[in-house]
Parts: sequence; C-alpha cells; structure tokens
Amino acid sequence: MSTQLPPGLQLEKVDERIMTLNVGPQHPGSGHMRIIVQIDGDYIVACDPDPGYVHRGEEKMAEYRNYITNIPHLERPVIHDSCNILYPYVLGAEELLGIEVPERAKYVRVIAAELNRCVYTLYWLAIYGIFLGHSTMFMWPTGDRELFIDLLEKLTGARVTHAYFIPGGVRNDMPANFEDVCLRQVGYFEKRIAEYADVFYDNPILISRTADTGILSRNDAIRLGTTGSVLRASGVDYDVRKKEPYDVYDSMDFETNILKAGDAYARSKVPWLDMMESCRIIRDALSKMPKSGSVRTKLKPNPKGGDTSVYKRVESGRGALGCHIVSRKKPEPYRVKLSVGSFRNLIAMPYLLKGEKLGNMPSVYWSLNYWPVEADR
Amino acid sequence: MSVIAPTFRLSYFLRSILDNVFWIIVLVTLVGIPAIQIVLFYIEMPVIDGELLTPFLALTWLADPSRAVPIIKALMYTDFFRIAVFPGFGLAALLAAGTIFVERKMLAKLQLRVGPFYCGKVEGILQLMGDGLKLISKEIIIPAKADKPIFWLAPVAFVGTAAAFVSLIPVAPGWVVADVDLGVLAVFAVIGFFPIVTILSAWSANSKFPFIGGIRALHQMISFEIPLILSLLGVVMLAGTMSLTGIVESQDFFPWIVFLPVGAIVFFICILAELERIPFDLPEAESEIVAGWLTEFSGMMYGLVQLGTYLKLYAFAALFTVMFLGGWSGPMLWPPFPEEIITDGIQLGPVTATIPGLPILDQAMLNGVLWFLLKTVAVIFFILLPRGVFPRIRIDMLLSLGWYKLIGLSFINIFIALALLYAGVLGPGGMI
Repeated sequence: MSTQLPPGLQLEKVDERIMTLNVGPQHPGSGHMRIIVQIDGDYIVACDPDPGYVHRGEEKMAEYRNYITNIPHLERPVIHDSCNILYPYVLGAEELLGIEVPERAKYVRVIAAELNRCVYTLYWLAIYGIFLGHSTMFMWPTGDRELFIDLLEKLTGARVTHAYFIPGGVRNDMPANFEDVCLRQVGYFEKRIAEYADVFYDNPILISRTADTGILSRNDAIRLGTTGSVLRASGVDYDVRKKEPYDVYDSMDFETNILKAGDAYARSKVPWLDMMESCRIIRDALSKMPKSGSVRTKLKPNPKGGDTSVYKRVESGRGALGCHIVSRKKPEPYRVKLSVGSFRNLIAMPYLLKGEKLGNMPSVYWSLNYWPVEADR
Repeated sequence: MSVIAPTFRLSYFLRSILDNVFWIIVLVTLVGIPAIQIVLFYIEMPVIDGELLTPFLALTWLADPSRAVPIIKALMYTDFFRIAVFPGFGLAALLAAGTIFVERKMLAKLQLRVGPFYCGKVEGILQLMGDGLKLISKEIIIPAKADKPIFWLAPVAFVGTAAAFVSLIPVAPGWVVADVDLGVLAVFAVIGFFPIVTILSAWSANSKFPFIGGIRALHQMISFEIPLILSLLGVVMLAGTMSLTGIVESQDFFPWIVFLPVGAIVFFICILAELERIPFDLPEAESEIVAGWLTEFSGMMYGLVQLGTYLKLYAFAALFTVMFLGGWSGPMLWPPFPEEIITDGIQLGPVTATIPGLPILDQAMLNGVLWFLLKTVAVIFFILLPRGVFPRIRIDMLLSLGWYKLIGLSFINIFIALALLYAGVLGPGGMI
C-alpha cells in the first residue's frame, strides 16, 4: 500500500483472529497517550505505545528565555512533582552561573522535594487504585495528598505549580510555624499510610492479580534502561540520592527500598515504601537544618553562563531525571535537554505486555510509574 | 446572600404558589380523573349499602371519602395493582432507588468523602431524580453501523427480564405476582435470559469494546449460573418443593442458612458475579474496555439498563432472602389493628367518622412484609459492601473460581443436604 495508514487506523479483515484495539487517547484507562493493542482472544500479541499527544516543546521554549524565566514553564511536564523536575535544571544553572547556595536553602530544597515526591506518588497511587477497580484506593490517597499540598502551599504559596526552586536557593523562606505544622501533618500521614496496606497492599485479590504479571528481570531492567521504582522493584540498588548525592542528601538518614520480584505488585509497592522514607527524610532535614540564615543568593540581573555545558541528575518520583544545559555566553541557554524517567520506563512496556492478558494491561501499564505528560515534555 | 434565592418578594412567592395550584387543578382534571376512570373499569367493584358501584358511581368517593376505603381495597386485589405497585414493579423500583442512594452515601463514608449532598437539601436525597432527569434529557446516540432494531430492543428487554424476575418473588403470604408451582425452575429460566440480552446488545452495537465486554459478560454469567443453580438444589431437596412460597413456608422454625451455610455462601458469590458487581465487574471494567457492553448506550437507554441492573439486584437479594433467610417468617412485631376504629369510628372533634371495611391489610401480611424487607435490605447491604474493599479480578481467575471452586462447594452443599435428608433429620417427614 502506498498510502500507509498509521497502525491502529487500518481496516482489518473480518476473518482475522487478531483484533486491534485503540486504547486511548479518549479512553479511561490510557492517560494522555494511545496504546495500540493487538489481541488474540484475551491475550495481547503486540503492544505499541504511542505517546506525543501532549508534546508542548518545553525544551525548545527554554532556548528563548533566560535562566530565571525558564523556571515557571519547565515545571509544567509534571505539575504534581514540580520541585523535582526543576531540581536538575536549577543545580545545572547554579554551576553554569557560578552561584553558591546558602546552607539553609539546601535543606529547604530537600524538604520541598520530598514533600513533592509524596504528592506525586499519592496521585500516582490513586490512579493505580482506580485502574484496578479499587475506588477506595482512589479516594484515600487523593484525600491524604491534601496534607502535603497544604504544606507546600504554606511553603511556596501555590498548590501545585510552585516555581519554588531558583538558581541560588529557593524563592522565599519558610513561614514561622512551618516546622510544627509539617511534623504534625507528616506524623498523621505516617499513621495513614500504614492503613493503605490493610485495604490495598495486603488485599488477597490485589496480590493474586498483580503478582507474577509483567515480570521484568534484573538484566532486562538494566538492559532496557529503566529507572527509579521500576529498577528498584527488579532488585537493582540504584537511587540517585544515594549514588550521586546532591545538595544535602548525603547527610540524610534514609534507606533505598529494593524488592526482588520485578512484577507489577513489586513495582506498585516500591513507591509506597519510598513515601515512608520521604517522611523520614523530612523529619531528618527539619531537625538538622540551620535555624536561621539566608535561603537565597542574590543574582546579578540577566546572568550569563560560560561557553560550557553541564549535566545534572536527581531522583524524581519516576526515577532519575537528568537535565543537560548547554551555554553559549548568552543570557539564554543554548540548549536544554530533559532526560525524564517516564520515557525510559515506557520503553519496557511493549516487552512486558506481550503475551499478557488484556485484563493485566492497566496494572502493568501504570505500575511502570509513567507520566504521559512528562514523557512528551 | 444566598445564591439560590438572591431576593425574596412576597408577590413572586404568592404568584408561584398560584401557578402551582393552577397546574395541579388542570392536571388533575385533564389527566388524573380520566386515569382513575380507566383504572376503575378494571376493578371488580364492591357493594356498598346493598348497591353495586359502577365505575361512574365510584367517583362519588370525591363527595363521600368513606367510600374510598372499599374501592381502594377492591383495587388492591386486582392483578394490575400487584404487577404495577405491590409486590411488583413499584416496590422493586422504590427499593432500587433506595439502594442507589444508600450505595452512594455508604461508599462515600467509606472513602472519607461526602457523596451526593446538594440536590434535595437533605443529604442529596433527590440526586437520583436529578440524574434520571439528566439521562432523559440527553440525546440518544446510536452507532452508525449498529443493528438498530436489536440495539433499541436490548435495554427494554433487559428491564423486561429483570421485571419478570421480580414478579416471581413472594413478599408476604399470598402476595406474589406470579405464584408458579415450579418457582425455582422459573427463576432459572428467567436468569438464563440475561446473557442472551447482554450478548445481543453487545453484538448489535458493532463496536469493539462492547463486543469484548459482551463476551466477558457471557463467560461470566454462564460459568456462574451453574454453581448458582446447584447451590439452590440443597434447599429444594430439604424443602421438598420447588414453589418459592412453599420454600418460605418450610422455614417457619429456622432458615435454611443454619443447615446449608456452604450453599448460602456459594449463592452469594454467584449473585455478585451475576450482578457484575465489584470484584466481578469485568464486563464493565473501565480501565480495560471503557464501559464494556454499556459503552455505546447513551441517554435513557443507559438509564434503562441501570434500572434493570438495580431491579435485578433487588430480585437476587430477595431470592437469597426467600431461599436461605426464611422470607417473611419472623416473630410478630407489627401491632394489632385497633378494632374500635371499625366499631366506634374515629372521633374528629364533634364529628364521628365511621369507616366501613377496614383494615385493608391484615396484621400477618404487614408483619411479613416488614421482615421480608428487613432481611432483603440486609442482603443488599452485603452486596454493596465489597465495592469499597476489593479491586477487580481477572477473567481467568473468575473462570477458575466459577468452574473449580464454586461448583465443588455446591456439590458439597448438595451432599450435606442429602445426608440431612436421608438421616431423617430434616426434609419432608423429618424430625423437625
């Protein structure tokens, strides 16, 4: 055929056994993307993820704005995790512009990043619950997410798109009673998060449904280049916060959660365990941080970088998140490249879904800790 | 300042009341009275003061309200009343509406949210009415390549099948729409229609997701009908009859759940699967196949299917009550009717109103209905509860559950029943 239609739009022969399903973009179980699934009866024979429906050209836009005005739009790919997606950019810009960060600002950043990781993970967990038909698990994390959103609102002034990190520190200092409120909310959340096990993680139906489905072996996880919770669920000890500590993560007291199984259940459990570690980090940072001092180094107006490039990496809610900034002695960066965990985890999806049952598609898909908007950037 | 009523003016208020009064008078004269007339023609009219009422003469109850009681009594013994109001469609629809409301509020409490709140002032009790009005006002969209006659027929057939199921349920002694001697067999026959309606609607939509959903529903219903039928056989053996009324009468002293708990559990799980409720809602799994076999339904067609689903829920819960919980039997709770109302009349200040022909309903019947409703509502509550607790299971797990475990358990149940029967403990001619 000369005019080749894109896959999923071709007409099928009626007598063929294989049926092509367009899951998305207008589908309750797809997110902002399309998955072209070919099924034979109840088994998936081929799966072709088709992202790109929410591509917004963030990287190109970054070439026309200077280092400060890039901040509000670079956080758009993951507004639930906006502190973490700005983190590598801010670290890189500081190195390019040669800015020192005050000690207190480093602790405030760590606290904000961990609060934001909880916000993202709870949202992700809520969708994981509703994908499996568990509506209580949709409502509980969505409700508990308000605790962290309230804290971040106190800290930054905005509920989701914070634009809080800037080269040279953070935008504004903590409010006076933040520490007390934060400890109280985190303490309550630590009690709540244990209850998730009763209703969700220890649920026999959930375990029988997600265990042993979509198994990603240790070698495959490394070979396919997955990252974050997917990698840790396959038994690889890799966490950027531990391996390449940035800011003050090297002095924080926390552990990396590693599960050996590599199935959808393990992949859904690792972020839940990570949230408990996040709470530990928040407590630790609050106790260790300097009680007074500046949180922000004053910048020169319209700062210019040198003729170099810099690559920085942090651990986001979805895995390692890198930012490559190339500077050409101008107020604007020459090139900003975000290397996001979502896209790297998506690569594993066709391999995992091949041969699975159609009923496993939502659990395997969402267990990859994939955020469609971030993958498209 | 309230948003709903920004300004209050007495003149507007009075005018709105007058408007309502006007429309009530118009509707009563143009619709109400002719409708009553039509109904009266189907009633076998009572004899009052030695005079047989004709349908035209019956309208004299407007002048003499004491005549209304015998007419209402005559109405209640007609088939029309039984089919349309009690114990047929009216009761079932009322309970179904209550079920939807309780389900939404209970689920909301479980999930730490409020649920329907604004519609109807008090805790959102009118939310269902609002949803119904919305569905009625929606456009009905039919896929271009659908098989239109069958696609139109499917929701109506679904509600019809559910209503047929409701008509077999005995609510109180003698109060049943269709008292079939082989009632259990009739129930099986009616249940057998649901997969047919489902697959017809799914196939006629000519769309992929409804088709997959229909196939799933077919698998699920057929594989759970077998344990469902087998689990009821133990009760049939012990009761020695297939009539649902007879089965209730056999449970005067104890319900069968005491002796056949295995069968009750199997039957309950099969109910959940037949009703496509969580954890067995695979035919409507929205994250996999949009809304399953309901995907292409819109507007009131979807509303009809929902109505049928909840009628079915009531019917299955009522069947559980009848088979295992003893139906209407229970201790007498309803107070006896005060006889002096008939003999002395009711004192209304200076006037004494004597009303002939009371009571309309006897004490045993009202008590039976009370117990039946209490038990049915309890069963409905347990049917609703898993929705807040369990995720959806997968089709292979569902089939292995249906074919291996439940069929095995229902055979165990039959053996228990046989042992009790042959040991002479229970059953026809047994010790108890």
